Amino acid sequence: MTDNVQLSALNKTNNKWLDVWNEFKNHKGALAGAIIFALIVILVLLGPFVWPYEANGINIRIRNQGPSLAHPLGTDQLGRDTLARIMAGGRTSITVGLTAMLLSLFLGTLIGVVAGYFKKLDSALMRFTDLFLSLPLLPLLLVMMLLFREPLSTSFGPEKGMFILIVVSIGITSWMPTARIVRGDVLAIKEREFILAARSIGGTDTKIIFRHILPNVLSPIMVSATLGIANAIITESALSFLGLGFPPDFPTWGRLLNDAVDYLQQFPERVFWPGLAISLTVLSINYLGDGLRDALDPRIRGR
Amino acid sequence: MITYIVRRLLLAIPTLLFIAACIFLLLNLAPNDPMAQVPMTIPPDVKEKMREALGLGQPLHVQFLKWVIQFFWVEPQVFFDYLFNTSFSEGKQRIFSWQTRSPVMDIVVQRLPQTLWVVGMSYIVGILIALPIGIYSAYRQYSVFDQVGTFVTMVGYSVPPFFSGVFVIVLFSVQLGWLPSVYDTLHEVVDWETFKYQFRQMIMPVMVLALQTTAQISRFMRSSMLDNLNQDYVRTARAKGLSEWTVVAIHVLRNSMIPVVTVIALGIPSIFGGAIITEQVFKVNGIGQQLINAIYANDLPTVQTITFMFAVLIVFFNLIADILYGILDPRIRYD
Repeated sequence: MTDNVQLSALNKTNNKWLDVWNEFKNHKGALAGAIIFALIVILVLLGPFVWPYEANGINIRIRNQGPSLAHPLGTDQLGRDTLARIMAGGRTSITVGLTAMLLSLFLGTLIGVVAGYFKKLDSALMRFTDLFLSLPLLPLLLVMMLLFREPLSTSFGPEKGMFILIVVSIGITSWMPTARIVRGDVLAIKEREFILAARSIGGTDTKIIFRHILPNVLSPIMVSATLGIANAIITESALSFLGLGFPPDFPTWGRLLNDAVDYLQQFPERVFWPGLAISLTVLSINYLGDGLRDALDPRIRGR
Repeated sequence: MITYIVRRLLLAIPTLLFIAACIFLLLNLAPNDPMAQVPMTIPPDVKEKMREALGLGQPLHVQFLKWVIQFFWVEPQVFFDYLFNTSFSEGKQRIFSWQTRSPVMDIVVQRLPQTLWVVGMSYIVGILIALPIGIYSAYRQYSVFDQVGTFVTMVGYSVPPFFSGVFVIVLFSVQLGWLPSVYDTLHEVVDWETFKYQFRQMIMPVMVLALQTTAQISRFMRSSMLDNLNQDYVRTARAKGLSEWTVVAIHVLRNSMIPVVTVIALGIPSIFGGAIITEQVFKVNGIGQQLINAIYANDLPTVQTITFMFAVLIVFFNLIADILYGILDPRIRYD
């Protein structure tokens, strides 16, 4: 019993994740990024419960107001509170970012692990990845939005249908970098002794992959995850900005920016808030990813 | 090297065909009717004839084959005829836009100069800014310049063009009134005044696109320089008593440029993708805006052709990057 306690205490000091945290702490930009991203997430998640105005609460009498105490960011052309809309938009944008990232991570890890582990499938899967990498992604995304918007809207409702469409299309067009990195790491880990040991005691392929390989490729996956969120948020905003994203009355950051551009001459300050929200979120996630990469791989620190 | 290039060229053909098939199937299998906009009063048999006139009556593989032949065989002939006044393409079916009823390639050729002018200029400007920043911030790692440079490139990397574009319009066109917010493509440069106007209207779109390029390339340049600065041959060069300039500009820089050059080549197609958004923001009527218009108008042949042209660009520049890498770095020869 005492042995066990001592052993766990010993493990604690040698814990890899503690090392990573110590390393991460020293990267000021990454820490700031993590804090800002956490604040943004908390604000958009809890804000709408506290804030008295609804994102779609129209009040035509107070339309086009500038910043005031009641409406810190002003109101839009229908008298909707801009702060409430930014928070509601952030919910959608960040949810889309997270879900699309999870999907692309799942696809990328699946293809990367299968390609790296099973030699027979390797060249075929990597050719497939290369083919996907040479697709013109933004035009294809726009085409997908155009073609599948109607059928999905009718079967799942306009908001849910669009959400599924955007998440799936971003997911299936952004898994390739993850797959490549994971495959490279799996190829290296597969040759190590502990895999040989696992196989020699009769471990099956599934067991080896889940127990031994996946935990060891976790760090590149985590770095891909942060960059994936940033990428997905930008892509969703770009689609909404081009008018091919969510329906008009459903706020997302890109859609709010697009709406604000119509009033560029009269109310130029309106484009600022959604744009700032997108940029700040993406910037903080990128810093977070940078710090995470440095912390997880000490060899490339400071690059 | 030659065998390698030939092999890569041969491999590019199935890649392109696969991408063409992907785009074609995506567009044609989607539940989407190009006749949806036609009035209900038109009788069904007339409607059927209209479908056939658009080339929709035939089975899918015939449609695909026809499109491939038109794209790879007829359109180059038209181009050849235009260049040398021959008549190879006479009487051959070209790819027609449903929107304007004119050949897609003619519109593309009209639109392409604007895109190339803005995109090409922004890429060159971006590279010219990025390289010195990357080199100097690697040389003075952790200095104030490096810290500021890294932060600025990170910001440039994170701010999407549809915000930076709108932001500079608000700042320089709406508030200060210095620069025109809409790009006037009919504007012709004939004298100094018109040249100045052209310069003023190009600054914003070019700088917005260049910001993205700068951010990516200077980060890459910096890390590539850092890789080389700590190598043994640099110490040898210094020990020999070479001047600092010779060490950095000749020895280190030339070696660091190898991966950067390939990244520059690989980035060219993606800048066309970014141009889609920038063109929309600044109302440049280039090829990206044509694509968006065609998407809104449900004009499948145009969408298909332009999307495929983007794919050709990507495959072509991937090839260039691979070959450049082999030429620049003799250690990596793929024979």
